[in-house]
Amino acid sequence: MALFSGIALALIVGAVLLGPLLWPVPINEIDFTAKLQGPSWKHPLGTDDLGQDLLARLIYGGRISIAVGVAAMIVAIVVGVLVGAIAGMASGRVDAALMWVTDLFLSLPQLPLLLLVIYLFRDSVKGVLGVEGGAFVLIVAVIGGTRWMSAARLVRAQFLSLREKEFVEAARALGASRVRQVVQHILPNALGPVIVVATIDIAAAIIAESTLSFLGLGFPSDVPTWGSVLRDAKDYLDIAPHWALFPGALIFITVLAINFIGDGLRDALDPRRVL
Amino acid sequence: MIPSLLGISIVLFSLLAMAPGDPFEELATNPAIPPEVRANLRAKFGLDDPVWMRYWHWLIAMMQGDWGFSFVSRMDVSTLILQRLPVTLVVIGASQILAIAVALPVGVLAATRPYSLFDQIANTFAFIGFSLPTFFTGLVLILIFSIQLDWLPFVYRADISATGWAFYWEHIKQSIMPVTVLGLFQGAALVRFVRSSVLDVIRLDYVTTARSKGIGERKVITKHVVRNALIPVVTLVALQMPIVFGGAVVTEQIFRVPGIGSLLISAMLANDTPVVMGVTFVSACLVVLFNLIADILYGWLDPRIAFR
Repeated sequence: MALFSGIALALIVGAVLLGPLLWPVPINEIDFTAKLQGPSWKHPLGTDDLGQDLLARLIYGGRISIAVGVAAMIVAIVVGVLVGAIAGMASGRVDAALMWVTDLFLSLPQLPLLLLVIYLFRDSVKGVLGVEGGAFVLIVAVIGGTRWMSAARLVRAQFLSLREKEFVEAARALGASRVRQVVQHILPNALGPVIVVATIDIAAAIIAESTLSFLGLGFPSDVPTWGSVLRDAKDYLDIAPHWALFPGALIFITVLAINFIGDGLRDALDPRRVL
Repeated sequence: MIPSLLGISIVLFSLLAMAPGDPFEELATNPAIPPEVRANLRAKFGLDDPVWMRYWHWLIAMMQGDWGFSFVSRMDVSTLILQRLPVTLVVIGASQILAIAVALPVGVLAATRPYSLFDQIANTFAFIGFSLPTFFTGLVLILIFSIQLDWLPFVYRADISATGWAFYWEHIKQSIMPVTVLGLFQGAALVRFVRSSVLDVIRLDYVTTARSKGIGERKVITKHVVRNALIPVVTLVALQMPIVFGGAVVTEQIFRVPGIGSLLISAMLANDTPVVMGVTFVSACLVVLFNLIADILYGWLDPRIAFR
């Protein structure tokens, strides 16, 4: 299943990356004579209410959605590994404080918080980094900033057990500094489960970004992402169902493939879980 | 519970304090108002106070139920939220019950026959279930049941004129789709968790003992296995509450359910900050409350856990 998902995901990512070369149709060419058409040879996935080609828009949107997913995952994992590593190495008061913060973030309602941050900060970030870049940075930062907790707890648990192992003790006895112990000895051994969490985080981040765009609070409305195409389509469900079905199916297949890959990685990297 | 509520309030307030924008910005550009008036207004509302003092005032006001005034709806934020809250709670509660009602039997059955055909089918469906974003499932359900089959209404109406049974029937009919969307999404994640938690318990010695005493398989599962396997599941249900609220925001938006989720979105689109803050705070409080309920449930499920 993981292999099959890998192929499906590779196809989608490849299509999204190479798509503009193979399908050089502009994403914003308005053609009212061809509006709300179903799939045809001229428009393989049909058109929207302005006659814009859906295939081109979905290729462009896929680039954004997947880029946000990967970038937000990196933010989440970096923060999570940092917090988890510090908590796991420090123990005592620092550990307790960091874990309290982690639990606090875990009990915050994520989507309302995401929406709140974007609502409060979108204008100022837009001013600094431009409309599209600002939205990208803000969305990646907030999605990453609300998803690091599971990685942090995982890394901490790994660190707590690994730092008492003999090989770390040996390194300590040989005079390795704390940083070296962490970077050279503990971290590489703690990474297996982190990779699994990272994979699944990409899927969750893609869903989060699509949700934001779907609610109209993600990227500006003229930038097509999978979520915002779906948002535009939801009012035309009765006359142009293809418009909603294609982006929805793309999100679904991408997320499903990533989740299956994560599951496969878990089986491969974590032998204890095999029954 | 109190420390986490305080923590949440600090997070929310610091976000609000860090956010750019000045409530008296408009006055600055208005030539009819002299700068002294503006400065006086700022001083009167305490905008020049140090941050910790502003936080203290804000906290006191929040605790007294004085959550501000909605610019758009022309009413108190607390009244507005109280009007919308019951609908959201009903939808969330019903969908959680649906999720548990689906996940528990399926997960237990799958765990009693690991790697059977049923287990694999359940596993695949669970994966599909939590990979489907709620907004897409919602749209597909609308497409099938409202547009193609025309069985269910896709706009949630609070003002149903019918009375008696017809009234309840209409309410149930319009709640089916939002509850299903949310419930199946939650249920899918729960199935896998119930399965692994039952698998952990079913191999323990006391289960073998129960079997060897001649207790029927059905009774072993329901009385001995499930009760212990439920403890971690309760944690997961509580831990998932933040995600449930996210899902509720989306489903309320799709089906136009007049709950706090759709209130949040419309307030954001209308730049109605007091409402936005109020709703975020309420949902955070509800999440903490559900965590507390989970803690109490532990005590009932597992008498070994004592409360200090």
